[in-house]
Amino acid sequence: MTTTTVKDKTEHFTPEVRAEIDRWIAKYPAEWKQSAVMGALMIVQDENGGWLTNQLMDQVAAYLDMPSIAVYEVATFYSMYELKPVGKHKICVCTNVSCMTNKSDVIVEHLEKKLGIGFGQVTEDGRFSLKEVECLGACGGAPMMQIGKQYYENLTPEIVDAILEGLE
Amino acid sequence: MANEVCLRTLDLERPWLLEQYQSRGGYEMLKKILTEKMAPEAIVEEVKKSGLRGRGGAGFPTGLKWSFISRNAPGQKYVVCNSDEGEPGTFKDRDILRYNPHQLIEGMIIAGYAIGATRGYNYIRGEFWEPYERFEQALEDARSAGYLGENLLGSGFDFELHAHLGAGAYICGEETALLESIEGKKGQPRYKPPFPAHFGLYGRPTIINNTESLASIPMIMEKGGEWFADIGVKNSGGSKLFSISGNINNPGVFEIPMGTPFSELLAMAGGMKEGHKIKAVIPGGSSAPIIPGEQMMELNMDYDSIAGAGSMLGSGAVIVLDESNCMVKILERMSYFYHEESCGQCTPCREGTGWLYRVVHRIETGQGRQEDLDLLDDVASKISGKTICALGDAAAMPVQGMLRHYRDEFQYHIDHKRCMIGVG
Repeated sequence: MTTTTVKDKTEHFTPEVRAEIDRWIAKYPAEWKQSAVMGALMIVQDENGGWLTNQLMDQVAAYLDMPSIAVYEVATFYSMYELKPVGKHKICVCTNVSCMTNKSDVIVEHLEKKLGIGFGQVTEDGRFSLKEVECLGACGGAPMMQIGKQYYENLTPEIVDAILEGLE
Repeated sequence: MANEVCLRTLDLERPWLLEQYQSRGGYEMLKKILTEKMAPEAIVEEVKKSGLRGRGGAGFPTGLKWSFISRNAPGQKYVVCNSDEGEPGTFKDRDILRYNPHQLIEGMIIAGYAIGATRGYNYIRGEFWEPYERFEQALEDARSAGYLGENLLGSGFDFELHAHLGAGAYICGEETALLESIEGKKGQPRYKPPFPAHFGLYGRPTIINNTESLASIPMIMEKGGEWFADIGVKNSGGSKLFSISGNINNPGVFEIPMGTPFSELLAMAGGMKEGHKIKAVIPGGSSAPIIPGEQMMELNMDYDSIAGAGSMLGSGAVIVLDESNCMVKILERMSYFYHEESCGQCTPCREGTGWLYRVVHRIETGQGRQEDLDLLDDVASKISGKTICALGDAAAMPVQGMLRHYRDEFQYHIDHKRCMIGVG
């Protein structure tokens, strides 16, 4: 296992992205730059339209002086990292027990019909993708979904329509 | 008596602001501890006296956990807060982060002082972006006010605190997986021992406590351990945040005394929806074995009462189900969850959770075989106690609970290849 060391780290990422990653690095002990990998992956994923390429992961590895494989391990372990393209708006619908018993299946069916896609798929225009997720810790507002960083609770098909119409 | 501890600022407008928290005496306890140079041992003793038990679900006595740290051991020590709220049905820590972040910060600083740690991390689940941003703002405000940083209020005590953001993994709620995750690795639990008190974050002595536990500390110190203990009942000190959801009118988070009858909590939550009948309750997050409704109506919300009924209080996540729910379907969904979230490290859990899901799935879809219920019992018992962490047990317990109370529903599914609910 080799660590890719890059002498000039400015060859990766824009200054803004580097500044954001550096903010994460500063939170941890100097010898534990690796702790910033989760934050860094999220930043570059957001920059890249919501998904990670191997090249981006390699760049994160180089930037944090980590072996690439250690970055792949993290990127494949956590469910919020995407390894293939997603829609501009990634719609994550919870179907766990509290949502299920509050008819999350109606919400899922409505979204599938409206968007013409199922879980794990992207609409042709690239605007939306659908993802089934596990409990997001908002069971008091079941059924619920997350789009981007925002939670939407107490959903009905009508409310879902209004939310989607309000998105760019 | 409600909202006395973690949610005591909830009635204020924008309660998450520093000045609002201070208007209720926030950070006064920290100032007192620092200016009087209170003996750290006295703080640990007070927490022990309070009867506070880990609010994340394990229920381990918080004061005792703190006493495992050798305060005078040289080198860096850490305080870590577990805000990786993910046990299905639980949504209380999100409210602490959103509405009372400063009380958590104050609690973490006091914890640091008590164990001799000068750095802390709050691990917030990745989906909680809004709570994360609010917590970050609170950190910034606390830093500007001199509550974080070096030489706090001229006391000579330093404490720095940061938030770490997860990225979607239930297993990171397990304390050693959480530490691995902060270290920038896959969240796979470590063998214990060594326990985090000896070998924790970055290999250093670490205490790791749930959000609600740490946010309770300032009030325990202000009003005394005895005051806190007396709110609750024997073995279950204090009040607790219950997240109640399901087929009820007014789901939400209620901070009420331990030992409150479940029937009262249900009434606070508006009762059953549309005149439906209560069928069953999952009393402490989805890994807590299910309890039939009529039995639950006789129980109280404390550790011993729920344990006496063969389940556990867990994180205080109460999922109430009415008679329209098919128990096979409920278990199928829960088993899918544990299969999805198994970290894959231990064979009994990695393979066993898949077996549990597939067998329940085939019963639910009318493909069940006569031997399946015994098979489920067998698989569950072969996971229990045979894994590094408790996720295996968490996957097995709901299966065992369901078969104990609702075996006939499962048998009906196998015999008739359909559900006994709603077929008339």
